[in-house]
Amino acid sequence: MVMEFTDQNFEEEVLKSDKPVLVDFWAPWCGPCQMMGPITDELAKEFGDKAKIGKLNVEDNKEMASQYGIMSIPAIKIFKNGEMVKEFIGVQNKETLAEELK
Amino acid sequence: MENKNKLYDLIIIGAGPAGLGASIYASRYKLKNLIIGSEVGGQVVEAAEIENYAGFNSISGRDLMKKFQEQAENLGAEIIQSEADDIKKIGDGFEVSAGTGEKYKSKSVILALGMNPRKMNIPGEDRFIGKGISYCATCDAMFFTNKTVAVIGGGDSAAAATVHLSEFANKIYLIHRGKMRFKPALAEQIKQDSKIEIVDSAGIKEIKGDQTVKSIVYESEKGEKEIPVQGVFVEIGAVPKVVIAKNLGIKMDEQEYIIVDQAQKTNMENVYAAGDVTTGSNKFRQIITAVAEGAVAAGSAYRQLITHNS
Repeated sequence: MVMEFTDQNFEEEVLKSDKPVLVDFWAPWCGPCQMMGPITDELAKEFGDKAKIGKLNVEDNKEMASQYGIMSIPAIKIFKNGEMVKEFIGVQNKETLAEELK
Repeated sequence: MENKNKLYDLIIIGAGPAGLGASIYASRYKLKNLIIGSEVGGQVVEAAEIENYAGFNSISGRDLMKKFQEQAENLGAEIIQSEADDIKKIGDGFEVSAGTGEKYKSKSVILALGMNPRKMNIPGEDRFIGKGISYCATCDAMFFTNKTVAVIGGGDSAAAATVHLSEFANKIYLIHRGKMRFKPALAEQIKQDSKIEIVDSAGIKEIKGDQTVKSIVYESEKGEKEIPVQGVFVEIGAVPKVVIAKNLGIKMDEQEYIIVDQAQKTNMENVYAAGDVTTGSNKFRQIITAVAEGAVAAGSAYRQLITHNS
């Protein structure tokens, strides 16, 4: 299942996670962001409980968007053991992201 | 899950209006068709508002493309969301390699490859993508609330981006190397907006910054000038996405648009092209012309296949 990350739960769900985490920074007005929807859905299905896949709405969660220097969306960041290990700008395909989550 | 050994009647490369439109027609001709495209909806999903697509007074690009996708899928389209890396001619048919590493076979191909935003190709551009440089004003305007930005370009897309950014930014420089030409409605809005400063006949030399963009350098008759900006929105048009067509041996015009005839045929048998990437429709490059070219291409593919099979 695709999770909903927020300013409030980011530390607990992303930074303290013992599994790899994918955060998809998005906003409702961003057309290309909508195209990421089916991709994150499939990743969540594919990885099951081996990784956390979630979205963060930058309009409602400005603190995290600003902390991670988001200036262009969709932006996708991958976290392992509380560290950001990889970042992407723009729509990415499933395989590219799956590779980084392994 | 699709069968990898399946032979499709038609593989459509590109999932924008031309590709989805082609699939809708192909499915109704009962052609087994597969769409391979990196971004379902293509460039259209970046449009905030579309007011010239018949049947809709006003609709967002992503809503319109969702409807296209739903209709194509309901009629039987399979969609692989991935870049197509290569097409090879094998015997009578084609083999398309997707970015996923999978290969798909078909009897015919429609190239609905679309366009990429044109880049400035100046120092600093690649380095600051996502760090102040943006190619999508509707997506990224919010991040520049109360900031100073530059919009690069002299056409309607640059003007529309500038007007949209004016709702967020404090100051917008609209910079173009020549004279600007806008639709009268946009020109009027820009003229009346005190946040917007027009700089014409100025070529961009460099984007500077540290972690993010800090300034832009341009050159005009008055010499070189550096102005502090936090964001740069690039709206200088688009270029056809033709790498895989080139490798296959498809003929293009001098601007690298795929040459098609009235049936959307290319120089290679069983290869058709549709949408912005072609020389068709007087290069009008609208959603409605892309869909129409897709329909014509699917019709041509169908006629060729039934002639060949009978």
